[in-house]
Amino acid sequence: MATVVTDPNAAPAVHYLNWRKTVASWLFSLDHKRIAILYLISISVFFFVGGLLAAAFRLELLTPEGDLMQADTYNRYFTLHGVVMIFFFLIPSIPAVLGNFLIPLMIGAKDVAFPKLNLASWYVYMIGGTLGVLVLVTGGVDTGWTFYSPLSTTYANTNVFLAAMAAFVTGFSSILTGLNFLVTIHTMRAPGLTWFRLPLFIWAHYATSIIQVLATPVVAIAIFLIAIERVWGVGVFDPALGGDPILFQHLFWFYSHPAVYIMILPGMGVISEVIACNARNRIFGYPFIAFSSVAIAIVGFLVWGHHMFVSGQAMYSSLVFSVLTMLVAVPSAIKIFNWVGTLYRGNIVWTAPMLYAMGFLGLFAIGGGTGLFLGVTGTDIHLHDTYFVVAHFHYVMVGGAVMAYLAGLHFWWPKITGRLYNHLLGKLSAIIVFIGFNATFFPQFLLGMQGMPRRYHSYREEWQLLNIFSTSGAMILGIGFLLPVLYFTWSLVFGRRAGANPWGAKGLEWEKASSPPSPHNFDHDPVVTEEAYAYTGREQLSV
Amino acid sequence: MSEHHIVTPATYLKVLIALAVLMVLTIAAAEVHFGEPFNLMIALAIAVTKAVLIVLFFMHVKYSSHLTWVFVGAGFFWFIIMVALTTADYLSRGWHSPFTG
Repeated sequence: MATVVTDPNAAPAVHYLNWRKTVASWLFSLDHKRIAILYLISISVFFFVGGLLAAAFRLELLTPEGDLMQADTYNRYFTLHGVVMIFFFLIPSIPAVLGNFLIPLMIGAKDVAFPKLNLASWYVYMIGGTLGVLVLVTGGVDTGWTFYSPLSTTYANTNVFLAAMAAFVTGFSSILTGLNFLVTIHTMRAPGLTWFRLPLFIWAHYATSIIQVLATPVVAIAIFLIAIERVWGVGVFDPALGGDPILFQHLFWFYSHPAVYIMILPGMGVISEVIACNARNRIFGYPFIAFSSVAIAIVGFLVWGHHMFVSGQAMYSSLVFSVLTMLVAVPSAIKIFNWVGTLYRGNIVWTAPMLYAMGFLGLFAIGGGTGLFLGVTGTDIHLHDTYFVVAHFHYVMVGGAVMAYLAGLHFWWPKITGRLYNHLLGKLSAIIVFIGFNATFFPQFLLGMQGMPRRYHSYREEWQLLNIFSTSGAMILGIGFLLPVLYFTWSLVFGRRAGANPWGAKGLEWEKASSPPSPHNFDHDPVVTEEAYAYTGREQLSV
Repeated sequence: MSEHHIVTPATYLKVLIALAVLMVLTIAAAEVHFGEPFNLMIALAIAVTKAVLIVLFFMHVKYSSHLTWVFVGAGFFWFIIMVALTTADYLSRGWHSPFTG
C-alpha cells in the first residue's frame, strides 16, 4: 500500500474559517473559535471608539484653558472613554477573545461546555454595546465611569439611565462567559490533563471566572439601584429618602476592585505562556504562579475600601482595608519574580510577543507598585483624585492588561488565522507602544504629585509642559496601536502560511491542532502525557 | 448522575406554598414594630429562609454534586464578606481615635 506523506505544517483544506461561508454561519455559530472572532471584531471597534475619545480630550489638555471643548463636553468624553474601555473592551478582551478561542484547544476539548450560552453571551454583549452607542449618540453621560451617587441619582441631567442599563446588560455577558469557563475547565479536560498539568493560562482564566461569577451581579444590582432611584425615586442612596450615598461606593467597589483582576489576571495567564515559550524554559515555580492567581481572586475581594479613604468611610475600616491592600500585592509580586526566574538561563528569542511581554513586566511592576502608595491612607489623602491615580491605573490597565492582550494576540495570531504577520513591524509596534505609553502616563505621576486633580478640562499654567508631554505621548501610542491593525489585516491576505507550530511552543493547541484549527479542533482526541512547559531549549522558531 | 434527579410536582407545590406563606409573613412583620435591631433581624431571617428554599429546590442544589455545594457555599461565604466589611464601616463610624480624641 502506498504511503501518502503529508506536510504536518500545511494548512488543512477544511478549517473553522472556511468550512461554512455564509454570514448566518458566523452570526449563529456555536463554534467557540468563531464566537471568539465575533468578540475580536466587536471589542476592536469599541477599543478604537474609546481611543478616539481619549485622543480628543488629550488634545483639549494641550493648553491650560478650556478652548477645544467646554467643561460639559469634556466630562462626557472622559466618562464615555472610561465606560467603553472598561465595560466594552478591557473586561471582555482577553477572556472573551483569547479565552474563548484557546481554552477548549488548550484542554483538549471540542468546544466549551455550553456552546449556545457562549453565543448568547456575545449577543448580550452586543445588546449592551448597542445601548452604549445609543448613549453616545443621544447626548452622552457625564458622571464618570464610577456612576457615584448623588451625582448620578440626583444631579446629573445626562443619559445616566441608559448608560447604567448598558453596563448592567453587559455584565450578564461577563457572568455567562465566566460560568461557561468554570464548567468547561472542571469537566472537559483531556485524559491525562491533571490540574497541575494545565497551562497557567487556564489557571488564570479559572480564577478570573470565579470573580466574574461572584462579583459582577453586585455591580449590576448597584447600577440597577441607581437607575430605579433616579427614575422611580426609590430611596437607596439619597439621604433625603433614607438612603446612604456611601453605600453605593461600597457596592460599586466591591465589584470594581476585583474587576481590575478580571482585567489583569487573564493577562497574567498570557504572559506565563509567552515568557515560557520565548525563554525556551520550563516555567519557574509553576504551583506558585497557579495558586497566586487564586490568591489574587480571593484577597482581591477584601480590599475595596481603599478606594474610599476620603469618602467618609470610618477611620477604623480604612485602617483594615489599608492593611488588607498590602496583602494583595504579595501574589502579584510572586508572579513577577517567577517570570523573571523563568527568563534566567533561558534561551530567549526576541519575538514581537516577547517584546510586548517584557513591556508588560516593567509597566505592570510600576502600576502595581504605585498602587501601594494609594493603598496607604496617609499618602492616598494627598494623591486621591489626582492624576497620580489616573497614571497608576493606566499603568495597570494599559501597561498591564492591554500589553498582555497584544502579546497574546501576536502570539496566537498564527494559530487563529493560519498566517504570519510582518515580524519586524510587530517588534516595531511593541517598541512604539512602550515608548508612547510611558511618554503619556509617566508625566501624569508627576502632575498628580503636584496636585493636579483629575476630571477637569482646565488647569494651572505651570502644569502645561507635562501635559504637552502626555498628549504627545498619546499620539505616539495611537500610532503604536494602529500599526498592528495594518499588518494584521495585511497578513490575512498576503501573510505567509504559519504552519501548526511556528514558535516551537508546547501545548495542545500548538502540538495537536492545525493552524487554523479544524472545526472540531482535533482530528483525534488528545491524551496528555507530560507536564506543561516541557521545553528543552532546542525548539525551532519558524516565523 | 445527581443532576438527573427529577423533582415531583408535589414538591414544587409545597415549596411554592411555603414561599407564599413566608411572603405573607414578610408583609405582616413589616406592619409590626418589634424595636431595633429586631425589625431588621426578623425581616432578614424570613428573606434568608425564602432564598434557601429557592436555592435548594428550584435551583436543584439539594440534588446536585458535592462540587456544586462547594461553589454554593463559597458564594454564601463571599456574600458574608461583603456584608460584614460594609457593616463594619457603619458600626465603627462613631468611634473615636485614642490619639486624636
